[in-house]
Amino acid sequence: MSLRRPAKDQPDSFKFNASSLEAANSIVAKYPEGKQHSAVMALLYIAQRQNNNWIPLAAMKYIANFLDMPYIKVYEVATFYTMYNLSPVGKYFVQVCTTTPCMIRGANQLVEACKEKISENECELSNDKSCSWMEVECLGACVNAPMMQINDDYYEDLDKQKTLDILDKILNGETPKPGSYRGRVNNEPENNRKTLMDLKNA
Amino acid sequence: MLKDQDRIFQNLYNDKGSDLSSSQQRGDWINTKEITDKGRDWIINEIKESQLRGRGGAGFPTGLKWSFAPKEVGSRPHYLVINGDESEPGTCKDRDILRFEPHKLIEGCLIASYAVQAHVCYIYIRGEYFVDGQKLQAAIDEAYEKKFLGKNAAGTGWDLDIYIHYGAGAYICGEETALLESIEGKKGQPRLKPPFPALIGLYGCPTIINNVETIAVVPTILRRGGKWFASLGREKNTGTKIFCISGNVNTPCNVEEEMNIPLKELIEVHAGGVIGGWDNLQAVIPGGSSMPLIPKEKCETLTMDFDSLMAEKSGLGTAGIVVINKDQDIIKCMARIARFYKHESCGQCTPCREGSGWMWRMLERMAKGDATKDEVDMLGDVTNQIAGHTICAFGEGSSWPVQGLLRHFKKEIEKRNNLDPIVQKKNNIPYLVDQHLLDKKNA
Repeated sequence: MSLRRPAKDQPDSFKFNASSLEAANSIVAKYPEGKQHSAVMALLYIAQRQNNNWIPLAAMKYIANFLDMPYIKVYEVATFYTMYNLSPVGKYFVQVCTTTPCMIRGANQLVEACKEKISENECELSNDKSCSWMEVECLGACVNAPMMQINDDYYEDLDKQKTLDILDKILNGETPKPGSYRGRVNNEPENNRKTLMDLKNA
Repeated sequence: MLKDQDRIFQNLYNDKGSDLSSSQQRGDWINTKEITDKGRDWIINEIKESQLRGRGGAGFPTGLKWSFAPKEVGSRPHYLVINGDESEPGTCKDRDILRFEPHKLIEGCLIASYAVQAHVCYIYIRGEYFVDGQKLQAAIDEAYEKKFLGKNAAGTGWDLDIYIHYGAGAYICGEETALLESIEGKKGQPRLKPPFPALIGLYGCPTIINNVETIAVVPTILRRGGKWFASLGREKNTGTKIFCISGNVNTPCNVEEEMNIPLKELIEVHAGGVIGGWDNLQAVIPGGSSMPLIPKEKCETLTMDFDSLMAEKSGLGTAGIVVINKDQDIIKCMARIARFYKHESCGQCTPCREGSGWMWRMLERMAKGDATKDEVDMLGDVTNQIAGHTICAFGEGSSWPVQGLLRHFKKEIEKRNNLDPIVQKKNNIPYLVDQHLLDKKNA
């Protein structure tokens, strides 16, 4: 299990804005009548997007009211799942995969790069408060190892220099191009493809 | 090597685009109505005949699973749930299906829903795959637009709605009952079985849960016949499978190959060989992190299917192959996997919650050479106290890799950790010191 605590400084109130409200209502409609609790995970995401990438306690209370469920149930879900950030993470949230398949291909270099560019410690905002990083468990792009995720996008086939370049870009407020940084196409074996050859470059 | 025309996922590398019209050119959606017109029993029988086994790790026969759904729909509706919570380290096959072959999955959902009489299908995708999930959503929207989903989907007379439900970074939600809990809006903690989800699943209703890859191969099997699928691979381990080859290889990749392919062929031909040459190979994890590793000697002749790996006391799992060469510290690699399991334990059962952390801490010290001789046996003891003593299979999944390490690399651990037992050395390692033994010594 992982230990997760809500941030000390909490805003007093939280409310969905118009677009979040619309998104929330369309999510609730996906589930059978009376089963609106199912929408809690999606609503927490919506709150997280609206609130600069993290979920304050006030948002959990708001969602509990919205879905007519006990606050503690929402709190349970928000603290159980690791993708809900319970404290501020910055506009650019860098997650470096360090599980074995990435580790043996040099994920520690990515961690070093993050330490140099963002902050010495995990989950700590950079000097300009725009960015933070953390080590995470397998992100499911093992054949593109080592890799990291910045907000929603995957950056694959990295090494230290490439990571430094990407981090420079995000610290300047740019969004670098996601995908492989060794120029390979998706998950095909690089320069070694032996299957589906007639489709290649078709 | 498998012939190209026998590969089900023609667009695995996205050569052709994943939109509806290019999917139709690859044969998706062309005669869905003809398939469903042959009836439920024919579909289920054909899948049984193909001997398709679930691609999510456990390898349960898919046709059999479908036949568990009640024959008549009672007061409770049936559900189909697709498991796309792919989080097993070493595995990244479902992601490519979601983003490059979404229509195979959607059509498979329609056929499977028809076979198990479900009108609603939920596809559970791990939260990290948000971008890939959006691509699937775009494909679903396109299918709705062309009337392949919704009322009278694809002219089959069957109504089907498909919704995506995103997870939020919990590995355990790949366990089918935890996944159902998660869809219901709760913490992802597995349920006891029985009752099995086929009778009491999502919202207490009959629910069939299948992996993304399992469902995505169904339309092709029904088009080309169960016999064709069964002719690939070998008895009870039929068909094709996407293998993910990662780790210390020259060209890590995903590749669809025939079941029962030699491991050496996968590594040497598709993945460009081990970094530093075949002799530099140390061990291979054959089926995602929860399967015990296989040392080099056995990799020479090993074939990749459910039963032959079982015979080696390992398993095919999700077919996520992690190649570890001699430049790596094998104990450190396993310690990192133990840390993964420590992080991902849901905390419901004590043996797993406490034991996974225990295994991790012991392995970290063993990697540094700080452990004592008798701790090696103690580690084995801890794994035995976890495996088989938990609600779900996470207990086995977390202790098998450690047991695999102990089975094949015990000498390596003992060589590095030859300290005398704690009692004599009086090393202060608080959580391992058996206090009453210490007292006796000091008395």
